[in-house]
Amino acid sequence: MIQGETNGPLLSVRGVTHMYGKRIGCADVHFDLYPGEVMGIVGESGSGKSTLLNCLAGHLVPDRGEVLFEMRDGAVKDTVTMSEPERRMLGRTDWAFVHQHARDGLRMNVSAGGNVGERLMAVGARHYGGIRAEAVDWLDRVEIAESRVDDRPTQFSGGMQQRLQIARNLVTGPRLVFMDEPTGGLDVSVQARLLDLLRGLVREMGLSAIIVTHDLAVVRLLADRLMVMKDGQVVETGLTDQVLDDPQHAYTQLLVSSVLQV
Amino acid sequence: MIEIEGVAKTFTLHNQGCVVIPVMQGATLSVARGDCVGLIGASGAGKSTLMRMIYGNYLAAEGRIVVDGVDVVQAPPREILALRRETLGYVSQFLRVVPRVPTLDVVAEPLLVLGVDAEVARNRARALLTRLRIPERLWALSPTSFSGGEQQRVNIARGFAHDYPALLLDEPTASLDAANRDTVLELIEEAKARGAAIIGIFHDEAARERVCDRVVDVSAYTPRAA
Repeated sequence: MIQGETNGPLLSVRGVTHMYGKRIGCADVHFDLYPGEVMGIVGESGSGKSTLLNCLAGHLVPDRGEVLFEMRDGAVKDTVTMSEPERRMLGRTDWAFVHQHARDGLRMNVSAGGNVGERLMAVGARHYGGIRAEAVDWLDRVEIAESRVDDRPTQFSGGMQQRLQIARNLVTGPRLVFMDEPTGGLDVSVQARLLDLLRGLVREMGLSAIIVTHDLAVVRLLADRLMVMKDGQVVETGLTDQVLDDPQHAYTQLLVSSVLQV
Repeated sequence: MIEIEGVAKTFTLHNQGCVVIPVMQGATLSVARGDCVGLIGASGAGKSTLMRMIYGNYLAAEGRIVVDGVDVVQAPPREILALRRETLGYVSQFLRVVPRVPTLDVVAEPLLVLGVDAEVARNRARALLTRLRIPERLWALSPTSFSGGEQQRVNIARGFAHDYPALLLDEPTASLDAANRDTVLELIEEAKARGAAIIGIFHDEAARERVCDRVVDVSAYTPRAA
């Protein structure tokens, strides 16, 4: 993870606000994310962390604010105001979104190889042999045996489905990955394997990532920086280990002290 | 290399009646390249707290902590992360790793993060693990299943994998047998010889005598009750 120290941020979030009627989804969120950085967003259910993630990833339109993304050519564009086809293109190329439930991010009636190959075809790959070879290579990287390439995700375990979703997302070499509770609902042994895999991929590919989770152990191992949300507001930000070991805000202190020790 | 000036620390416990606990005031010390300073003081005097503030793990309430030109008290997370990757190493008392990662990779990781070639990094890790007497048959296993002493030696190997210009060592020789204790002290002496600035906590007096050029009693920085 050698970071381009001279480069500007990959993503600049400026005053992003999303309301559900009169209720606050998330309010006035600001932050910069630099290439190679992994940021965690924590908070309890209803804190606005998923709303924020969806605003950043273009799944929800914020009521106010800018989401500035540095395109491959170096131009900085506001993804909120860009055209729909342009945003969809970003979603297929530079961005990836790993859903909590693998079935939301996979095509369940298409083979594992097809799920990975489809993303490649969406960005213009046409050579069948090449696509299949690339798919097999990626399945191997997420530890799915080649013999399973023609099986459908419905025949996979939860952990395998999640790894397949990650392969499908990363095959096109994105620069920014959004993850919504990527280890949620998985057994702890499967979680550890997935965390190890994600860490390796982030380092090797120099990915930037934003990870929403309520699991403080997950962010401690994956995220460089942490943002704590409550009632739609950001209450604390900082280095992950600093926020967890020396929390300043009352809510963060409550969150950290409520974790059960094993 | 490490300049600390007028550093204070308070803990505010919002959920326990908003108690404000001042734990340190006016901490000042500086460590030059090749120097090793031992922190002393009774348990609870704030030795580890000061060390954690230098690493950016605890937020200082006031003062300056400048490591290689970066003021850790003011710097944004990104600069502290870069400082930790390249300049400032920290051997804590606890090993915290992703479960399932082999010991060899745990030790090589600080080098891999710097972009060092994987085989070069692993060779360095092998050399350190050998010196610290971790049997080769354990290298492919995760250290999470190791004994306390073995975990500590893995932690030390990891802390010395990259030649950090500044090092923080929190009781690196505690609970080690004589031979391993000696190896750790040798590693510290080698780091000093190549010009590393070191701050250490050693309860082992003989170890302190051997590697520390001077000691600082942190109880001098304990806030006086008003």
